[in-house]
Amino acid sequence: MRASVVRIEDKLYQNRYLVDAGRPHIKVRQHQSPSPNLLALTVVCPANCYQVNEDGQVEVTADGCMECGTCRVLCEESGDIDWSYPRGGFGVLFKFG
Amino acid sequence: MTEEKFDAIVVGAGMAGNAAAYTMASRGLKVLQLERGEYPGSKNVQGAILYANMLETIIPDFREDAPLERHLVEQRFWLMDDTSHTGMHYRSDDFNEPTPNRYTIIRAQFDKWFSRKVRAAGAIVLCETTVTELARDARGKVIGVHTDRAGGIRADVVVLAEGVNGLLGTRAGFRKVPKPEAVALAVKEMHFLPEEVIAERFGLTGDQGCVIEAAGTISRGMAGLGFLYTNKESISLGIGCLVSHFAASLESPYALLDAFKDHPSIRPLIAGSEIKEYAAHLIPEGGFKAIPQLFGDGWVVVGDAAQLNNAVHREGSNLAMTSGRIAGEAIATIKSRKRPMTRDNLSLYKSMLDKSFVVGDLRKYKDMPALLHTNSRNFFITYPRLLSQAAQNFVRVDGTPKIEKERATKAAFIKARSRWGLISDAVRLALAWR
Repeated sequence: MRASVVRIEDKLYQNRYLVDAGRPHIKVRQHQSPSPNLLALTVVCPANCYQVNEDGQVEVTADGCMECGTCRVLCEESGDIDWSYPRGGFGVLFKFG
Repeated sequence: MTEEKFDAIVVGAGMAGNAAAYTMASRGLKVLQLERGEYPGSKNVQGAILYANMLETIIPDFREDAPLERHLVEQRFWLMDDTSHTGMHYRSDDFNEPTPNRYTIIRAQFDKWFSRKVRAAGAIVLCETTVTELARDARGKVIGVHTDRAGGIRADVVVLAEGVNGLLGTRAGFRKVPKPEAVALAVKEMHFLPEEVIAERFGLTGDQGCVIEAAGTISRGMAGLGFLYTNKESISLGIGCLVSHFAASLESPYALLDAFKDHPSIRPLIAGSEIKEYAAHLIPEGGFKAIPQLFGDGWVVVGDAAQLNNAVHREGSNLAMTSGRIAGEAIATIKSRKRPMTRDNLSLYKSMLDKSFVVGDLRKYKDMPALLHTNSRNFFITYPRLLSQAAQNFVRVDGTPKIEKERATKAAFIKARSRWGLISDAVRLALAWR
Protein backbone atom coordinates (compact mmCIF):
# COMPACT_ATOMS: atom_id res chain seq x y z
CA MET A 1 0.00 0.00 0.00
CA ARG A 2 1.30 3.46 -0.83
CA ALA A 3 2.11 5.67 2.11
CA SER A 4 -0.01 8.75 2.28
CA VAL A 5 -0.04 11.63 4.70
CA VAL A 6 -3.62 12.44 5.61
CA ARG A 7 -4.42 16.03 6.28
CA ILE A 8 -7.66 16.16 8.20
CA GLU A 9 -7.92 19.91 7.62
CA ASP A 10 -8.31 19.25 3.89
CA LYS A 11 -11.20 16.86 4.55
CA LEU A 12 -13.02 19.12 7.00
CA TYR A 13 -12.58 22.07 4.66
CA GLN A 14 -15.18 20.47 2.35
CA ASN A 15 -17.82 20.56 5.06
CA ARG A 16 -20.29 23.26 6.03
CA TYR A 17 -20.40 24.40 9.65
CA LEU A 18 -22.10 27.12 11.62
CA VAL A 19 -19.81 27.47 14.64
CA ASP A 20 -21.48 28.69 17.84
CA ALA A 21 -18.54 30.92 18.84
CA GLY A 22 -17.75 30.83 22.55
CA ARG A 23 -20.27 28.03 23.27
CA PRO A 24 -18.50 24.72 22.63
CA HIS A 25 -20.84 21.72 22.90
CA ILE A 26 -18.10 19.43 24.25
CA LYS A 27 -16.03 20.10 27.36
CA VAL A 28 -13.15 18.07 28.77
CA ARG A 29 -13.12 17.72 32.57
CA GLN A 30 -10.05 19.10 34.36
CA HIS A 31 -7.49 16.34 34.82
CA GLN A 32 -3.85 15.77 35.76
CA SER A 33 -3.22 12.97 33.31
CA PRO A 34 -5.76 11.63 30.80
CA SER A 35 -7.53 8.26 31.13
CA PRO A 36 -6.74 5.70 28.38
CA ASN A 37 -10.07 6.36 26.63
CA LEU A 38 -9.62 10.15 26.76
CA LEU A 39 -6.13 9.78 25.35
CA ALA A 40 -7.48 7.46 22.63
CA LEU A 41 -9.69 10.30 21.38
CA THR A 42 -6.59 12.11 20.12
CA VAL A 43 -6.37 9.31 17.53
CA VAL A 44 -9.88 7.97 17.03
CA CYS A 45 -11.86 11.22 16.78
CA PRO A 46 -12.66 11.36 13.05
CA ALA A 47 -12.40 15.16 13.02
CA ASN A 48 -9.21 15.24 15.09
CA CYS A 49 -10.85 17.57 17.63
CA TYR A 50 -8.76 16.25 20.54
CA GLN A 51 -5.11 17.21 21.11
CA VAL A 52 -2.58 16.69 23.89
CA ASN A 53 -1.25 20.03 25.19
CA GLU A 54 2.25 20.81 26.49
CA ASP A 55 1.30 19.69 30.00
CA GLY A 56 0.16 16.28 28.78
CA GLN A 57 -3.55 17.05 29.20
CA VAL A 58 -6.15 16.44 26.54
CA GLU A 59 -7.95 19.49 25.11
CA VAL A 60 -10.88 19.70 22.71
CA THR A 61 -11.53 22.19 19.90
CA ALA A 62 -14.96 21.22 18.61
CA ASP A 63 -15.20 23.56 15.60
CA GLY A 64 -14.72 20.70 13.08
CA CYS A 65 -16.88 18.25 15.06
CA MET A 66 -19.24 16.15 12.93
CA GLU A 67 -21.33 15.23 16.01
CA CYS A 68 -20.76 11.51 15.52
CA GLY A 69 -20.70 10.78 19.26
CA THR A 70 -17.61 8.54 19.34
CA CYS A 71 -16.15 10.57 22.22
CA ARG A 72 -19.47 10.48 24.03
CA VAL A 73 -19.61 6.68 23.82
CA LEU A 74 -16.03 6.36 25.06
CA CYS A 75 -15.83 9.12 27.66
CA GLU A 76 -19.20 10.45 28.84
CA GLU A 77 -20.05 7.77 31.37
CA SER A 78 -16.65 8.08 33.08
CA GLY A 79 -17.16 11.84 33.35
CA ASP A 80 -14.06 12.59 31.25
CA ILE A 81 -16.15 14.79 28.98
CA ASP A 82 -19.48 16.65 28.89
CA TRP A 83 -21.29 16.19 25.60
CA SER A 84 -24.37 18.11 24.45
CA TYR A 85 -25.91 18.93 21.12
CA PRO A 86 -24.99 22.35 19.75
CA ARG A 87 -27.78 24.92 19.96
CA GLY A 88 -30.45 24.54 17.28
CA GLY A 89 -29.14 25.40 13.82
CA PHE A 90 -25.47 25.36 14.87
CA GLY A 91 -22.76 22.76 14.31
CA VAL A 92 -22.15 20.63 11.24
CA LEU A 93 -24.62 21.03 8.36
CA PHE A 94 -24.33 18.11 5.99
CA LYS A 95 -24.94 18.95 2.34
CA PHE A 96 -25.24 15.29 1.36
CA GLY A 97 -25.07 13.25 4.57
CA MET B 1 -44.85 26.09 29.00
CA THR B 2 -46.99 27.40 26.17
CA GLU B 3 -50.76 26.88 26.36
CA GLU B 4 -51.00 25.04 23.06
CA LYS B 5 -50.93 21.28 23.47
CA PHE B 6 -50.18 18.67 20.83
CA ASP B 7 -51.35 15.09 20.51
CA ALA B 8 -47.73 14.10 19.86
CA ILE B 9 -44.28 15.66 19.66
CA VAL B 10 -41.72 13.90 17.50
CA VAL B 11 -38.08 14.64 18.35
CA GLY B 12 -35.91 14.32 15.25
CA ALA B 13 -36.51 14.42 11.49
CA GLY B 14 -34.62 11.36 10.30
CA MET B 15 -36.21 8.25 8.81
CA ALA B 16 -37.89 7.12 12.05
CA GLY B 17 -39.12 10.57 13.05
CA ASN B 18 -40.46 11.39 9.61
CA ALA B 19 -42.26 8.05 9.37
CA ALA B 20 -43.83 8.55 12.81
CA ALA B 21 -44.83 12.18 12.17
CA TYR B 22 -46.25 11.35 8.74
CA THR B 23 -48.23 8.36 10.04
CA MET B 24 -49.79 10.29 12.91
CA ALA B 25 -50.47 13.51 10.97
CA SER B 26 -52.12 11.64 8.12
CA ARG B 27 -54.42 9.97 10.68
CA GLY B 28 -55.56 13.37 11.87
CA LEU B 29 -53.41 13.79 14.98
CA LYS B 30 -52.07 17.21 15.91
CA VAL B 31 -48.33 16.67 15.53
CA LEU B 32 -45.29 18.85 16.21
CA GLN B 33 -41.91 17.69 14.95
CA LEU B 34 -38.71 19.27 16.28
CA GLU B 35 -35.38 19.08 14.47
CA ARG B 36 -32.12 20.61 15.69
CA GLY B 37 -30.59 20.91 12.21
CA GLU B 38 -30.97 23.88 9.88
CA TYR B 39 -33.13 21.65 7.64
CA PRO B 40 -34.27 18.03 7.92
CA GLY B 41 -31.29 15.89 6.93
CA SER B 42 -28.58 18.35 7.86
CA LYS B 43 -27.51 16.17 10.81
CA ASN B 44 -28.19 12.82 9.18
CA VAL B 45 -25.66 10.46 7.61
CA GLN B 46 -26.27 7.18 5.81
CA GLY B 47 -24.53 5.13 3.07
CA ALA B 48 -27.20 5.20 1.67
CA ILE B 49 -29.47 2.46 0.33
CA LEU B 50 -33.24 2.87 0.45
CA TYR B 51 -35.43 -0.25 0.56
CA ALA B 52 -38.53 0.51 -1.46
CA ASN B 53 -40.88 -1.90 0.24
CA MET B 54 -40.84 -0.23 3.66
CA LEU B 55 -41.28 3.28 2.26
CA GLU B 56 -44.04 2.05 -0.06
CA THR B 57 -46.03 0.96 2.99
CA ILE B 58 -45.92 4.58 4.20
CA ILE B 59 -45.97 6.58 0.95
CA PRO B 60 -47.12 4.22 -1.87
CA ASP B 61 -46.39 6.65 -4.73
CA PHE B 62 -42.97 7.85 -3.48
CA ARG B 63 -41.34 7.07 -6.84
CA GLU B 64 -43.21 9.98 -8.44
CA ASP B 65 -41.22 12.71 -6.73
CA ALA B 66 -38.71 11.30 -4.22
CA PRO B 67 -35.06 12.17 -4.99
CA LEU B 68 -33.78 8.70 -5.89
CA GLU B 69 -30.26 8.24 -7.28
CA ARG B 70 -29.94 4.82 -8.92
CA HIS B 71 -31.91 1.57 -8.67
CA LEU B 72 -29.59 -1.30 -7.81
CA VAL B 73 -28.98 -4.07 -10.31
CA GLU B 74 -25.70 -5.34 -8.93
CA GLN B 75 -24.35 -6.16 -5.48
CA ARG B 76 -20.70 -7.07 -4.97
CA PHE B 77 -19.39 -8.68 -1.78
CA TRP B 78 -15.63 -8.51 -1.51
CA LEU B 79 -13.16 -10.12 0.86
CA MET B 80 -9.97 -8.09 0.64
CA ASP B 81 -6.34 -8.53 1.53
CA ASP B 82 -3.72 -5.86 0.95
CA THR B 83 -3.44 -6.36 -2.82
CA SER B 84 -6.51 -8.37 -3.85
CA HIS B 85 -10.21 -8.87 -3.51
CA THR B 86 -12.08 -12.14 -3.77
CA GLY B 87 -15.62 -11.35 -4.79
CA MET B 88 -19.09 -12.68 -5.07
CA HIS B 89 -21.14 -10.55 -7.44
CA TYR B 90 -24.84 -10.75 -7.97
CA ARG B 91 -26.28 -8.89 -10.93
CA SER B 92 -29.70 -9.53 -12.34
CA ASP B 93 -31.85 -8.08 -15.10
CA ASP B 94 -34.77 -9.00 -12.82
CA PHE B 95 -33.92 -5.85 -10.84
CA ASN B 96 -34.79 -3.77 -13.92
CA GLU B 97 -38.45 -3.92 -12.97
CA PRO B 98 -41.24 -1.31 -13.10
CA THR B 99 -41.05 -0.77 -9.33
CA PRO B 100 -37.44 -1.45 -8.35
CA ASN B 101 -36.58 -2.91 -4.96
CA ARG B 102 -33.57 -0.89 -3.80
CA TYR B 103 -32.23 2.57 -4.60
CA THR B 104 -29.22 4.61 -3.61
CA ILE B 105 -30.19 7.96 -2.08
CA ILE B 106 -28.47 11.07 -0.69
CA ARG B 107 -29.90 11.62 2.75
CA ALA B 108 -29.85 15.41 2.96
CA GLN B 109 -31.93 15.56 -0.23
CA PHE B 110 -34.14 12.60 0.61
CA ASP B 111 -34.92 13.84 4.13
CA LYS B 112 -36.00 17.26 2.80
CA TRP B 113 -38.43 15.49 0.47
CA PHE B 114 -39.76 13.24 3.26
CA SER B 115 -40.20 16.31 5.46
CA ARG B 116 -42.28 18.05 2.76
CA LYS B 117 -44.59 15.01 2.83
CA VAL B 118 -44.80 15.27 6.63
CA ARG B 119 -45.80 18.95 6.37
CA ALA B 120 -48.29 18.18 3.60
CA ALA B 121 -49.88 15.57 5.87
CA GLY B 122 -50.52 18.34 8.39
CA ALA B 123 -47.68 18.20 10.92
CA ILE B 124 -45.91 21.34 12.09
CA VAL B 125 -42.14 20.99 11.56
CA LEU B 126 -39.84 23.28 13.53
CA CYS B 127 -36.15 23.21 12.56
CA GLU B 128 -33.10 24.79 14.26
CA THR B 129 -34.67 23.80 17.57
CA THR B 130 -32.83 21.54 20.00
CA VAL B 131 -34.87 19.72 22.62
CA THR B 132 -32.84 20.11 25.81
CA GLU B 133 -34.92 18.06 28.23
CA LEU B 134 -38.13 16.08 28.55
CA ALA B 135 -40.84 17.76 30.63
CA ARG B 136 -42.23 15.37 33.27
CA ASP B 137 -44.93 15.59 35.91
CA ALA B 138 -44.49 14.75 39.61
CA ARG B 139 -44.95 11.04 38.91
CA GLY B 140 -42.40 11.02 36.12
CA LYS B 141 -44.82 10.86 33.20
CA VAL B 142 -43.50 12.65 30.13
CA ILE B 143 -45.82 15.58 29.41
CA GLY B 144 -43.82 17.46 26.78
CA VAL B 145 -40.39 18.90 26.04
CA HIS B 146 -38.17 21.86 26.87
CA THR B 147 -36.41 23.45 23.90
CA ASP B 148 -33.65 26.00 23.46
CA ARG B 149 -35.63 28.21 21.10
CA ALA B 150 -39.34 27.64 21.58
CA GLY B 151 -39.55 27.17 25.36
CA GLY B 152 -41.61 24.35 26.85
CA ILE B 153 -44.25 22.59 24.76
CA ARG B 154 -46.86 20.10 25.97
CA ALA B 155 -48.01 16.88 24.31
CA ASP B 156 -49.82 13.68 25.27
CA VAL B 157 -46.92 11.60 24.02
CA VAL B 158 -43.31 12.21 22.90
CA VAL B 159 -41.81 10.05 20.15
CA LEU B 160 -38.04 9.91 20.67
CA ALA B 161 -36.59 9.65 17.16
CA GLU B 162 -33.38 11.31 18.28
CA GLY B 163 -30.91 9.04 16.56
CA VAL B 164 -27.99 6.96 17.78
CA ASN B 165 -26.82 9.71 20.15
CA GLY B 166 -30.22 10.20 21.72
CA LEU B 167 -29.37 12.38 24.70
CA LEU B 168 -32.91 12.91 25.96
CA GLY B 169 -33.62 9.25 26.60
CA THR B 170 -30.31 8.63 28.34
CA ARG B 171 -30.55 11.80 30.44
CA ALA B 172 -34.06 10.81 31.49
CA GLY B 173 -32.74 7.39 32.54
CA PHE B 174 -34.79 5.45 29.96
CA ARG B 175 -31.70 3.80 28.49
CA LYS B 176 -27.94 3.87 28.84
CA VAL B 177 -25.35 5.46 26.56
CA PRO B 178 -24.50 2.75 23.98
CA LYS B 179 -21.42 0.70 24.89
CA PRO B 180 -18.35 1.16 22.65
CA GLU B 181 -18.74 -2.47 21.55
CA ALA B 182 -22.37 -1.86 20.51
CA VAL B 183 -21.71 0.94 18.01
CA ALA B 184 -19.53 1.32 14.92
CA LEU B 185 -17.96 4.56 13.79
CA ALA B 186 -18.30 5.02 10.03
CA VAL B 187 -16.49 7.70 8.04
CA LYS B 188 -17.54 8.49 4.52
CA GLU B 189 -16.70 10.74 1.59
CA MET B 190 -18.76 11.94 -1.37
CA HIS B 191 -16.78 11.56 -4.58
CA PHE B 192 -18.20 13.38 -7.58
CA LEU B 193 -17.71 12.09 -11.13
CA PRO B 194 -19.60 12.67 -14.39
CA GLU B 195 -22.62 10.38 -14.76
CA GLU B 196 -21.23 8.70 -17.88
CA VAL B 197 -17.92 7.90 -16.15
CA ILE B 198 -19.74 6.10 -13.35
CA ALA B 199 -21.89 4.25 -15.91
CA GLU B 200 -18.81 3.14 -17.83
CA ARG B 201 -16.76 2.05 -14.80
CA PHE B 202 -19.53 -0.12 -13.40
CA GLY B 203 -21.19 -1.22 -16.65
CA LEU B 204 -24.44 0.60 -15.98
CA THR B 205 -27.03 2.17 -18.24
CA GLY B 206 -29.69 4.74 -17.40
CA ASP B 207 -30.34 4.92 -13.67
CA GLN B 208 -28.95 1.45 -12.90
CA GLY B 209 -26.69 1.27 -9.87
CA CYS B 210 -24.07 -0.98 -8.30
CA VAL B 211 -22.88 -1.33 -4.71
CA ILE B 212 -19.79 -2.93 -3.22
CA GLU B 213 -19.51 -4.08 0.38
CA ALA B 214 -16.06 -5.16 1.45
CA ALA B 215 -14.45 -6.75 4.48
CA GLY B 216 -10.92 -7.88 5.19
CA THR B 217 -7.54 -6.42 5.98
CA ILE B 218 -8.95 -2.96 5.15
CA SER B 219 -10.20 -2.85 8.76
CA ARG B 220 -6.80 -3.92 10.14
CA GLY B 221 -8.19 -6.66 12.37
CA MET B 222 -11.09 -4.60 13.69
CA ALA B 223 -14.67 -5.75 13.09
CA GLY B 224 -15.64 -3.52 10.21
CA LEU B 225 -16.90 -3.05 6.69
CA GLY B 226 -16.04 -0.85 3.73
CA PHE B 227 -18.62 0.26 1.19
CA LEU B 228 -18.89 1.93 -2.19
CA TYR B 229 -22.31 2.98 -3.48
CA THR B 230 -22.95 4.53 -6.89
CA ASN B 231 -25.20 7.59 -6.99
CA LYS B 232 -26.16 9.43 -10.16
CA GLU B 233 -23.17 11.77 -10.28
CA SER B 234 -21.26 10.71 -7.20
CA ILE B 235 -19.89 7.74 -5.33
CA SER B 236 -20.45 7.35 -1.58
CA LEU B 237 -17.41 5.64 -0.17
CA GLY B 238 -16.74 4.80 3.43
CA ILE B 239 -15.58 2.42 6.10
CA GLY B 240 -16.87 1.66 9.57
CA CYS B 241 -15.49 -0.31 12.53
CA LEU B 242 -16.56 -0.91 16.11
CA VAL B 243 -15.75 2.00 18.41
CA SER B 244 -14.33 -0.42 21.03
CA HIS B 245 -11.92 -1.76 18.40
CA PHE B 246 -10.88 1.74 17.31
CA ALA B 247 -10.13 2.61 20.94
CA ALA B 248 -8.21 -0.63 21.59
CA SER B 249 -6.12 -0.59 18.42
CA LEU B 250 -5.70 3.21 18.22
CA GLU B 251 -6.38 3.39 14.50
CA SER B 252 -7.22 6.72 12.91
CA PRO B 253 -10.58 6.53 11.08
CA TYR B 254 -9.56 8.91 8.30
CA ALA B 255 -6.22 7.15 7.75
CA LEU B 256 -8.22 3.92 7.44
CA LEU B 257 -10.54 5.58 4.91
CA ASP B 258 -7.62 6.90 2.89
CA ALA B 259 -5.95 3.48 2.86
CA PHE B 260 -9.24 1.95 1.64
CA LYS B 261 -9.43 4.56 -1.14
CA ASP B 262 -5.85 3.76 -2.06
CA HIS B 263 -6.43 0.00 -2.30
CA PRO B 264 -5.59 -1.20 -5.84
CA SER B 265 -9.13 -2.60 -6.23
CA ILE B 266 -10.81 0.69 -5.22
CA ARG B 267 -8.44 3.36 -6.55
CA PRO B 268 -9.36 3.04 -10.26
CA LEU B 269 -13.08 3.18 -9.46
CA ILE B 270 -12.84 6.66 -7.93
CA ALA B 271 -9.91 8.01 -9.97
CA GLY B 272 -10.28 11.68 -10.92
CA SER B 273 -13.19 12.32 -8.56
CA GLU B 274 -13.81 15.56 -6.71
CA ILE B 275 -14.51 15.14 -2.99
CA LYS B 276 -17.26 17.42 -1.73
CA GLU B 277 -17.96 16.17 1.79
CA TYR B 278 -16.46 14.15 4.62
CA ALA B 279 -18.89 12.77 7.19
CA ALA B 280 -18.77 10.63 10.31
CA HIS B 281 -21.58 8.85 12.10
CA LEU B 282 -22.24 6.07 14.59
CA ILE B 283 -24.14 2.92 13.60
CA PRO B 284 -25.91 0.75 16.21
CA GLU B 285 -24.36 -2.74 16.07
CA GLY B 286 -25.54 -4.37 19.29
CA GLY B 287 -28.47 -6.12 17.63
CA PHE B 288 -31.34 -7.80 19.45
CA LYS B 289 -29.58 -7.93 22.83
CA ALA B 290 -28.95 -4.17 22.82
CA ILE B 291 -32.59 -3.11 22.29
CA PRO B 292 -33.52 -0.92 25.26
CA GLN B 293 -36.88 -0.30 26.94
CA LEU B 294 -39.05 0.91 24.03
CA PHE B 295 -41.94 2.69 25.78
CA GLY B 296 -42.99 4.28 29.05
CA ASP B 297 -45.45 6.78 30.51
CA GLY B 298 -45.91 9.35 27.76
CA TRP B 299 -43.03 8.24 25.52
CA VAL B 300 -41.83 5.74 22.93
CA VAL B 301 -38.40 5.39 21.28
CA VAL B 302 -37.86 4.48 17.61
CA GLY B 303 -35.07 3.96 15.04
CA ASP B 304 -31.36 4.24 15.80
CA ALA B 305 -32.10 5.63 19.27
CA ALA B 306 -33.59 2.21 20.01
CA GLN B 307 -30.57 0.42 18.44
CA LEU B 308 -32.84 -0.97 15.69
CA ASN B 309 -30.25 -1.84 13.06
CA ASN B 310 -29.54 -5.12 11.30
CA ALA B 311 -25.75 -5.17 11.14
CA VAL B 312 -25.56 -8.42 9.15
CA HIS B 313 -27.71 -7.16 6.27
CA ARG B 314 -26.64 -3.51 6.57
CA GLU B 315 -30.24 -2.47 7.08
CA GLY B 316 -30.96 0.49 9.35
CA SER B 317 -33.14 3.07 7.69
CA ASN B 318 -35.91 0.59 6.85
CA LEU B 319 -36.01 -0.63 10.45
CA ALA B 320 -36.07 3.03 11.54
CA MET B 321 -38.86 3.86 9.12
CA THR B 322 -40.89 0.81 10.07
CA SER B 323 -40.51 1.35 13.82
CA GLY B 324 -41.56 4.99 13.32
CA ARG B 325 -44.61 3.94 11.32
CA ILE B 326 -45.61 1.29 13.86
CA ALA B 327 -45.19 3.72 16.78
CA GLY B 328 -47.35 6.23 14.88
CA GLU B 329 -50.03 3.61 14.22
CA ALA B 330 -50.02 2.45 17.84
CA ILE B 331 -50.38 6.03 19.12
CA ALA B 332 -53.17 6.76 16.62
CA THR B 333 -54.97 3.59 17.72
CA ILE B 334 -54.71 4.50 21.42
CA LYS B 335 -55.94 8.01 20.62
CA SER B 336 -58.90 6.72 18.58
CA ARG B 337 -59.93 4.57 21.56
CA LYS B 338 -59.78 7.76 23.67
CA ARG B 339 -57.30 6.09 26.02
CA PRO B 340 -54.46 7.94 27.81
CA MET B 341 -50.81 7.60 26.69
CA THR B 342 -49.78 5.50 29.69
CA ARG B 343 -47.05 2.92 29.81
CA ASP B 344 -49.61 0.11 29.73
CA ASN B 345 -51.39 1.48 26.67
CA LEU B 346 -48.16 2.33 24.82
CA SER B 347 -47.00 -1.28 25.22
CA LEU B 348 -49.13 -1.73 22.09
CA TYR B 349 -46.18 -0.29 20.14
CA LYS B 350 -43.84 -3.02 21.37
CA SER B 351 -46.29 -5.84 20.76
CA MET B 352 -46.85 -4.58 17.20
CA LEU B 353 -43.09 -4.19 16.65
CA ASP B 354 -42.40 -7.68 18.03
CA LYS B 355 -44.67 -9.12 15.34
CA SER B 356 -42.93 -7.18 12.53
CA PHE B 357 -39.81 -8.08 10.56
CA VAL B 358 -37.87 -5.51 12.63
CA VAL B 359 -37.62 -7.55 15.82
CA GLY B 360 -37.91 -10.87 13.96
CA ASP B 361 -34.78 -10.20 11.88
CA LEU B 362 -32.80 -8.86 14.84
CA ARG B 363 -33.72 -11.93 16.89
CA LYS B 364 -32.48 -14.21 14.09
CA TYR B 365 -28.97 -12.72 14.33
CA LYS B 366 -28.89 -12.17 18.09
CA ASP B 367 -25.57 -14.05 18.52
CA MET B 368 -23.81 -12.59 15.48
CA PRO B 369 -22.42 -9.39 17.08
CA ALA B 370 -20.67 -11.32 19.86
CA LEU B 371 -19.16 -13.79 17.37
CA LEU B 372 -17.75 -11.24 14.95
CA HIS B 373 -16.68 -8.81 17.65
CA THR B 374 -14.69 -11.27 19.73
CA ASN B 375 -13.08 -13.12 16.79
CA SER B 376 -12.43 -10.11 14.64
CA ARG B 377 -8.81 -10.91 13.73
CA ASN B 378 -9.79 -14.32 12.33
CA PHE B 379 -12.78 -13.05 10.40
CA PHE B 380 -11.25 -9.81 9.16
CA ILE B 381 -7.57 -10.71 8.59
CA THR B 382 -6.84 -14.45 8.67
CA TYR B 383 -9.71 -15.73 6.51
CA PRO B 384 -9.60 -12.95 3.87
CA ARG B 385 -5.84 -13.60 3.44
CA LEU B 386 -6.33 -17.37 3.24
CA LEU B 387 -9.12 -16.99 0.73
CA SER B 388 -7.08 -14.63 -1.39
CA GLN B 389 -4.11 -17.03 -1.37
CA ALA B 390 -6.40 -19.93 -2.26
CA ALA B 391 -7.92 -17.99 -5.17
CA GLN B 392 -4.51 -16.97 -6.45
CA ASN B 393 -3.24 -20.51 -6.09
CA PHE B 394 -6.23 -21.69 -8.12
CA VAL B 395 -5.94 -19.25 -11.02
CA ARG B 396 -2.18 -18.77 -11.32
CA VAL B 397 -0.68 -21.23 -13.80
CA ASP B 398 2.98 -21.94 -13.02
CA GLY B 399 3.56 -25.62 -13.81
CA THR B 400 2.84 -26.82 -10.26
CA PRO B 401 0.70 -29.96 -10.38
CA LYS B 402 -2.92 -29.17 -9.39
CA ILE B 403 -2.91 -31.80 -6.65
CA GLU B 404 0.00 -30.02 -4.96
CA LYS B 405 -1.74 -26.66 -5.28
CA GLU B 406 -4.81 -28.07 -3.58
CA ARG B 407 -2.71 -29.57 -0.80
CA ALA B 408 -0.93 -26.26 -0.27
CA THR B 409 -4.22 -24.41 0.09
CA LYS B 410 -5.58 -26.96 2.55
CA ALA B 411 -2.35 -26.86 4.55
CA ALA B 412 -2.45 -23.05 4.70
CA PHE B 413 -5.95 -23.09 6.25
CA ILE B 414 -4.97 -25.73 8.80
CA LYS B 415 -1.73 -23.96 9.68
CA ALA B 416 -3.51 -20.65 10.23
CA ARG B 417 -6.49 -21.87 12.25
CA SER B 418 -5.86 -25.60 13.03
CA ARG B 419 -8.41 -28.27 12.12
CA TRP B 420 -10.31 -27.72 15.34
CA GLY B 421 -10.27 -23.94 14.87
CA LEU B 422 -11.71 -24.24 11.36
CA ILE B 423 -14.49 -26.56 12.48
CA SER B 424 -15.33 -24.48 15.52
CA ASP B 425 -15.39 -21.21 13.49
CA ALA B 426 -17.71 -22.84 10.96
CA VAL B 427 -20.02 -24.24 13.63
CA ARG B 428 -20.20 -20.96 15.55
CA LEU B 429 -20.89 -19.01 12.37
CA ALA B 430 -23.62 -21.47 11.38
CA LEU B 431 -25.21 -21.28 14.83
CA ALA B 432 -25.16 -17.49 14.87
CA TRP B 433 -26.65 -17.38 11.36
CA ARG B 434 -29.36 -19.92 12.10
